[in-house]
Amino acid sequence: MLLTAFCLTFLVFVMTNLYPNLEKLAKSEGNFRMTDIEVATWLSSNGYRSPLDPQVLEDFRSDKITLEEASAKVNTGFDPRIFRNYAEWIGVYPGWTGESRDGVPRGRCILPGTDPAEAPTFCGILQGKWGWSTVAKTPVSEALGTRIGNTGFLMLCVMLLMVPSALIVGVLAGMREGSALDRSLSTFSITTTATPEYVSGVLFIAIFTSSAVGLKWFKGTATSAMDNATFENFFLPVLTIALYGMGYIARMTRASMAEVMTAQYIRTARLKGVSFGNIVMKHALRNALIAPFTVIMLQFPWLLNGVVIVETLFQYKGVGWELVRAAGNNDIEMLLAISVVSVFVVLVTQLISDIGYVYLNPRISVT
Amino acid sequence: MKDDYDGPILEIDNLSISFFTRLREIPAVMDFSVKVQPGEAVGLVGESGCGKSTVALGVMQDLGKNGRIVGGSIRFKGRNLNEMSQEELREIRGSEIAMIYQEPMASLNPAMKVAQQLMEVPMIHKGVGKEDAYARALQVVTDVKLPDPKRILDSYPHQLSGGQQQRIVIALALMAEPALLILDEPTTALDVTVEAAVVELVKELGKKYGTSMLFISHNLGLVLETCDRICVMYSGEAVETGSIEDVFDEMQHPYTQALFRSIPLPGADKNASPLVAIPGNFPLPHERPPGCNFGPRCDYFEAGRCDAVERVPMSKIPGNDRHNSRCLRIEEIDWAAPPQNVKSTEKPAPGKVVLKMDELKKYYEVAANALFGSSGEKKVVKANETLSFEARESETLAIVGESGCGKSTFAKVLMGLETATGGQILLDNRNIESTPIEKRDTKTIADVQMVFQNPFDTLNPSMSVGRQIMRALEIFDFGDSDSARREEMLRLLDLVKLPRAFAERMPRQLSGGQKQRVGIARAFSGGARIVVADEPVSALDVSVQAAVTDLLMEIQREQKTTLLFISHDLSIVRYLSDRVMVMYLGHVVELGSTDQVFSPPYHPYTEALLSAVPIADTRVKKKHIVLEGDIPSAMNPPPGCPFQTRCGWKDKVPGGLCEKEVPPVRVVADGHQIKCHLSDVDFANMEPVIQIAAE
Repeated sequence: MLLTAFCLTFLVFVMTNLYPNLEKLAKSEGNFRMTDIEVATWLSSNGYRSPLDPQVLEDFRSDKITLEEASAKVNTGFDPRIFRNYAEWIGVYPGWTGESRDGVPRGRCILPGTDPAEAPTFCGILQGKWGWSTVAKTPVSEALGTRIGNTGFLMLCVMLLMVPSALIVGVLAGMREGSALDRSLSTFSITTTATPEYVSGVLFIAIFTSSAVGLKWFKGTATSAMDNATFENFFLPVLTIALYGMGYIARMTRASMAEVMTAQYIRTARLKGVSFGNIVMKHALRNALIAPFTVIMLQFPWLLNGVVIVETLFQYKGVGWELVRAAGNNDIEMLLAISVVSVFVVLVTQLISDIGYVYLNPRISVT
Repeated sequence: MKDDYDGPILEIDNLSISFFTRLREIPAVMDFSVKVQPGEAVGLVGESGCGKSTVALGVMQDLGKNGRIVGGSIRFKGRNLNEMSQEELREIRGSEIAMIYQEPMASLNPAMKVAQQLMEVPMIHKGVGKEDAYARALQVVTDVKLPDPKRILDSYPHQLSGGQQQRIVIALALMAEPALLILDEPTTALDVTVEAAVVELVKELGKKYGTSMLFISHNLGLVLETCDRICVMYSGEAVETGSIEDVFDEMQHPYTQALFRSIPLPGADKNASPLVAIPGNFPLPHERPPGCNFGPRCDYFEAGRCDAVERVPMSKIPGNDRHNSRCLRIEEIDWAAPPQNVKSTEKPAPGKVVLKMDELKKYYEVAANALFGSSGEKKVVKANETLSFEARESETLAIVGESGCGKSTFAKVLMGLETATGGQILLDNRNIESTPIEKRDTKTIADVQMVFQNPFDTLNPSMSVGRQIMRALEIFDFGDSDSARREEMLRLLDLVKLPRAFAERMPRQLSGGQKQRVGIARAFSGGARIVVADEPVSALDVSVQAAVTDLLMEIQREQKTTLLFISHDLSIVRYLSDRVMVMYLGHVVELGSTDQVFSPPYHPYTEALLSAVPIADTRVKKKHIVLEGDIPSAMNPPPGCPFQTRCGWKDKVPGGLCEKEVPPVRVVADGHQIKCHLSDVDFANMEPVIQIAAE
């Protein structure tokens, strides 16, 4: 589990630290008319890449070579410094230090507005420091904390709506395979799974939210829901995500339920004189839930997908919204932190699903 | 709610059941009538697909979406079940009519504790509280003779053995003391000794509670032991009904007669009086012939008469009690005439020794704890313990034992799928015990081949039959071109008596017996000299069994093959084998020629096995031995003699020797060895288990 986390974060780290990304970052942090040499200098003085070859810099400053020639000598490919940077980010290597042009001490661990003398030597994840968000202009942990809270609340609402309704739809459809009820519920769930969030979200906004036409039931933005979630401003984003996942879980539950209903022990129960309702509730339900349970837990990571789209669509400032903003502005530390969070969510849900499986299925025991 | 009704418990009158598919109506049961009197047990016999299970489900009114009763009536205690509402049916199911199923594991809910499943019955039908229901469950579980009932009630079905599960299913059926019990092949999935115990229990409980029974089985011997009356079914119709004695001794229908001639009874002999297989195939329900359904396969068929009527009516046999037969020529046929077209053959003399086992051992190491396997202590499962025997050319050696006795492990080691832990296997004086199959040369692999138990799973479903045989030939380096192999493949199809056109067929287009013939053709494609047949006919119907067995014997005579016949069915073993090896928990407990093993002195386990096998012959008197308990787990075998936990002779051996020491192998006669502590005097006093009463 830890190994997976390391591999994934390192991968994200390498991707975000590719030269073009860094160049973009440097230009947006510095100014957009920087030359290649200036970019390289900025990157090395901010600890992103190894320093430029001093000879090249010297030659360029004394006009021995032209800008083009100097630019050509800038290393834009692999830089071994990336390992040190990764180690710094983890917190097993001392953070870089240096001085700005006007002699003020700077470094990874010296946050803007703090006293450089009090700064710690190590400041990585292990020390609980998630770095500095270049977009939000605050420490990442601070910015991300509220975002996670917002998204967590959204996901909780989605689950509360999606799981019970999906199970009810699935069980109702599966208990009498081939009936009219089964057909209509199956059509419904196929339709919802086949409609991605960006389609259903836009449709809902068009139908329900306009203040001039349509049904005017809900609000088209969920910005206000961050402070005060109401049915009116929060139901649409929740519904958009839930519908998509619901169809899928319902299909799985239906298939599993339909299979269980043909099992011999259901016939035993029927010929024991158990009523149909009790057959479904007492005999079939637990057996039918064993298979979809894993799928339900897999939906958590899936939800992260929908969250990105829906949060952007409804202007709800959660992790997904932050992810889009960070990716657009190459906010490296923020992106890394988000990827750590998502890896964590995936692994924890899988652990829960394995443990829950043991409880549902008496044939599997831990020992 | 037990009323004082004194008419027949169940009265089925001209019942017809059809299944409806999109294409057509498929009649599964036609014009079926049977009566079950109070306290009476009626056996329903027939081959798979003859509609016997459909009758049972029809009685329960549980035919699924496609099935419907299209004619006739089913009266239970005088009330017509066909006209009952769902509510009324639910009232009756479980309380008045209960059913026992074929596969106990599948019939119990895997996610519910046994107690819960049992308690449900009285709680639904009698409205009693939890405590009363639990008390009742405890009592019934004690009644079905399960050890430690409280623990059993608190377990999940998967924690019990097959025999215990079946007892729970029986307990489930008895919870409400039903008036009618329907048993659908209740012991097919069980071992012989367990089967004997379950049958014993059902009979005893039937007497105790006065329950009527409808016993569905394909096993005539079992029906003889349990039932008062019998109804033989063929292709959706009852062809003969009557009391057990009338039908078994004075059969009046050609199908019944053919059925009896195709099962190995004591006295049948593969050389002098071989089994007579029923020619042809079972007709599909929508392809039934006009007139008599059995006509095309019947020896007494008379064209223009048997196929002229639309349906052959049931006619009474005068002089017998309610004995009916569906045949037009009852009076013309000489029922006592011996079967025609029987070819008796010479018994071939066994040749030189081709295979020799010497102290063969196979142990498996099992980690005691699956999760922390590396640190936990290792347990050793002794699957085969010091196996020694010889097998000669054109000899049939039967290996007999119940599941878990190590007979399949032995086959795996011989085939090279596993390597031996100790001892040696000599094939033509070459050691092969530690050569896995990947390292064996083509010749060795072609020499030692196997015919598998389940023909339905062993053929590749997406490859034509001919292609599969040719593939085997290719692996055995036969011929240098595809056309040569094709020629050989056709010859092999001739050998197993399949039409050459079958080469192009896909396995799903073949019946079970035909698939097994393909399996045999494949095994013999490399000119195999030793063929391990692992229960080759146990998945097949009786009439097909005879044909496949015959085929194996015939090929053996022609090719001088050594046949190692693994089986749990002692009747067929007695019929076709020259020598028999009885195994129990990895030990060879008895080895000798067929006559020696089937007559005293016996090993106590052999004695119990022989007594457990149901024999479909009213003249046979059997000594009654029922083994207590289940086979011990090979993980945790008992100390001393492996059989001591269930042995009925244990108290004859002084000093508790059975619990301390593994008995030595004793040679009691030439080529007859027994692994037992019993004294020579005890051996000499043993009585034969099976006796055929003088006529």
